[in-house]
Amino acid sequence: MSLASPSTGRRLPTQWLGVAPFFLFAFLFLILPALSIVVGAFRGPEGGFTLANVAGLNTPNIRNAYWVSIRVSFWSALLGCLVGFAMSAAVVFGGLPRFIRSPLLTFSGVASNFAGLPLAFAFIATLGPAGLITVWLRNDFGINLRGATGFNLFSTTGLIVTYLFFQVPLMILIITPALDGLRREWREAAEMLGATSLQYWRMVAFPILLPSLLGTFALLFANSFGAVATAFALAGPQLNIAPILLFSQIRGDVLGSPGLGYALALGMIVITGLANTLYLWLRSRTERWQK
Amino acid sequence: MAEPFLKIDHVRKTFGTTTVVQDFNLDVGSGEFISFLGPSGCGKTTVLRMVAGFEEPTSGSIVVGGKDVTRLRPNQRNIGMVFQAYALFPNLTVAQNIAFGLKVAGEPRADIEKRVAEMLDLIKLQQFGDRYPYQLSGGQQQRVALARALAPKPKLLLLDEPLSALDAKVRVSLRDEIRAIQKELGITTVFVTHDQEEALSISDRIVVMYGGKAEQVGTPFEIYNRPATKFVANFVGTLNVLEGTVTDAASGRVKVGSGEVLLKDKLNGSKAGDTVSLALRPEAISLGRQPGRETTLGGEISEVSFLGSVIRVRVGLGQEAVSLDTFNSPASPPPAVGDKAEISFSPDDVLVLH
Amino acid sequence: MKRFFAWSAFLLGSLIFILPLIGMTEFSLSMRRGEYSFDAYASVLSDPQFRQTFTYSVVMALVTIVFGILLVVPTAYWVRLRMPHLRPIVEFITLMPLVIPAIVIVFGYIRLYNTSSWLPLTGTSTGTNILLMFGYTALALPYMYRAVDTGLRSIDIATLTEAAQSLGAGWVTIFGRVILPNVFVAVLSGAFLTFAIVIGEFTLAALLNRPAFGPYLQLVGANKAYEPSALAVISFVITWLCMGLIQIVVRLAPKPPAQSH
Ligand SMILES: Nc1ncnc2c1ncn2[C@@H]1O[C@H](COP(=O)(O)OP(=O)(O)OP(=O)(O)O)[C@@H](O)[C@H]1O
Ligand SMILES: [Mg+2]
Repeated sequence: MSLASPSTGRRLPTQWLGVAPFFLFAFLFLILPALSIVVGAFRGPEGGFTLANVAGLNTPNIRNAYWVSIRVSFWSALLGCLVGFAMSAAVVFGGLPRFIRSPLLTFSGVASNFAGLPLAFAFIATLGPAGLITVWLRNDFGINLRGATGFNLFSTTGLIVTYLFFQVPLMILIITPALDGLRREWREAAEMLGATSLQYWRMVAFPILLPSLLGTFALLFANSFGAVATAFALAGPQLNIAPILLFSQIRGDVLGSPGLGYALALGMIVITGLANTLYLWLRSRTERWQK
Repeated sequence: MAEPFLKIDHVRKTFGTTTVVQDFNLDVGSGEFISFLGPSGCGKTTVLRMVAGFEEPTSGSIVVGGKDVTRLRPNQRNIGMVFQAYALFPNLTVAQNIAFGLKVAGEPRADIEKRVAEMLDLIKLQQFGDRYPYQLSGGQQQRVALARALAPKPKLLLLDEPLSALDAKVRVSLRDEIRAIQKELGITTVFVTHDQEEALSISDRIVVMYGGKAEQVGTPFEIYNRPATKFVANFVGTLNVLEGTVTDAASGRVKVGSGEVLLKDKLNGSKAGDTVSLALRPEAISLGRQPGRETTLGGEISEVSFLGSVIRVRVGLGQEAVSLDTFNSPASPPPAVGDKAEISFSPDDVLVLH
Repeated sequence: MKRFFAWSAFLLGSLIFILPLIGMTEFSLSMRRGEYSFDAYASVLSDPQFRQTFTYSVVMALVTIVFGILLVVPTAYWVRLRMPHLRPIVEFITLMPLVIPAIVIVFGYIRLYNTSSWLPLTGTSTGTNILLMFGYTALALPYMYRAVDTGLRSIDIATLTEAAQSLGAGWVTIFGRVILPNVFVAVLSGAFLTFAIVIGEFTLAALLNRPAFGPYLQLVGANKAYEPSALAVISFVITWLCMGLIQIVVRLAPKPPAQSH
């Protein structure tokens, strides 16, 4: 392939010309904005380096906002993984008719992109105070959803349930190919060697799937951690989670200090970044057996 | 044969409305090496999977070591199996793969280690215990798969085309290795292949399958030299088929082209005027006259292929043509195309295909 | 037994999707007391603000798609053909938007490109529109890049390029006549995904103060009862159409010849 031959020093600049627009775009509209937040978080009102902004995050209100966000993201990611895995496994291994598979994947493609405000509207129409299920339970069974179970759509529990609408299909989309990749011979070889189904899953299938599972979990976590619109439409600006707090801060400086706003945003990057670093680290530990 | 170790008795298997295996019977003696040989789709794998327990026979029974296992789950059968390819657990090292069956059986650690070392010795991969499957060649992977299947000391070993994904050289050396290990352990073995040379070279007996049925069961010698059906004759080895017309059934006279063949009592059931197919292996035909090969036919050489130690010659006999092999001899040049030639064979070697 | 569990898992899981869809549809039809009607839809569709914001978002989506294609396709092509060593970096960059929340990115935009900065994009509405378009491109980058890169993998771009060059084609011709048609399906998939993402996007548009469909949805949601459901149904149909179109395009497309690699 003469085209891919190593370039001479003279040709180097033209080589780079081909990717220059991309790197320029990425620098100006992805990397620089993120960096500017980082810089802003460590700069005082007069300029100059300070840790005051980051230290300022340590108030009950902001701590609570982060903590609620982490909990919501963690649970919606975990439940999303579990439910998505169960559905995908049912379709791949459970002997469901083959014709279910393709519509499920198409539907998952749609549902995983159906987020934001319309999703909140759909859930309000279903589980909100006047929603379909709420009314149905009250009229036909005399059950007051909120009174009987303590369920409130406009709380963090409601948020978790709502997020499942896009978390579950995202999991299905990612994990189905991974489940397809489990070879029939592995299961049969394990069975021939005397393993029970459980032993096969514990010793072979699960370790093989673990990298994909971890990766999906990290993705789902970040996915709900940064979600603003759904939460905003469900609970309004007063719901105390990190992205909504940041939203209000950008709109109206509710924290009373621009530097604190940057620190808040930095905290969000750090948390999703940590989730992904953790994933990469775990993956590198589990993937010794891969090329 | 004494009490068979593996008895497959009137087994049938249907998927939906298609019958894939019909009335399959087979007795395998203890320590015997049996091959299933047949074209693609003839049901070899299906029979093997029924023995393994992955498929349940529609009817019939399977007995292993005196015990009816027809309805037993695969993990309760204590049978070892080697798959076509890629069946090693990719997340486990070679040693862990071999230890798998012992580990799930809850064997003590020390015993497992000892047995794994033994198995690594057996397959001559002592240095490879800590490698992962992707770090091995295809042949090495299949040896590990064999060791893994043998580690829990199964009563029966099943191999489903274990060599078909390997290249030719490795295929030959590994098949000999499999046979040597099998003999050393004395384990009863069923080996599936669609490669006749493979089946002929390593089996005690061969089952030739076609369309879900066992066409013939016999030693490689019997299968090759005395095929029971036209299918077996055609499937195993190269065959020259000459069409002839019976002129005298009682004395066994058949007219082939312009010549005549005297088959004595081989024509039972035919009458004068019938057409019959006479089949001959290339090695049963000689170029020129040979003592003991008293039937001769005249023709003309139409093709000569030099294959090294052997020269394959094609001789036209009017409408028909036969291939035969002669040894290369450095002193005399091979025959030339267009030369007149005479072939000879013994009527005893002729297979009459009805 | 296994089948029973499989069906249970599948059906119970499906409720998470099916119930909200039924809920929103039912609710959107219930504006008139005691009977089903399309009143909520009529109300939405006759709202001039709906038409304005929707049009704005459609135009934004189309512009984003064109810009995204012009940015991503040459890059992915060039990286595959000439600079494969850059792939890990480029892939890392394209995945960044999945990790850095959109709200943080737009916060950075506001800090960097405000009226008193070196590049005061937010000073004019055109500038802000362009900034929003860049933001959308960034959000869609992971999907667009993946789609195009997968498409490029299935054709032998080196050979195609050499063939075109040997016929005397210049880079513009190679790109427009040879590469683009061959990854057309992949590009379209990326385009529809981009459309689905941009059309209802809220955070960027709201924080940059643009009259887009997302903020309008929020406004209606806060003030009306039945219209939000109607809008949810409409949004869902649009998303569904985008995904359905991807499927159709992929299925109708002629299969590229098998490659030996
Ligand atoms: N699960 C199944 N459902 C339906 N038909 C099947 C199933 N398994 C096998 N068959 C059919 O049964 C026939 C025999 O298949 P089998 O796999 O036993 O053939 P084989 O002799 O092993 O062939 P090969 O040499 O190609 O491996 C084939 O026609 C196949 O299509
Ligand atoms: Mg087979």
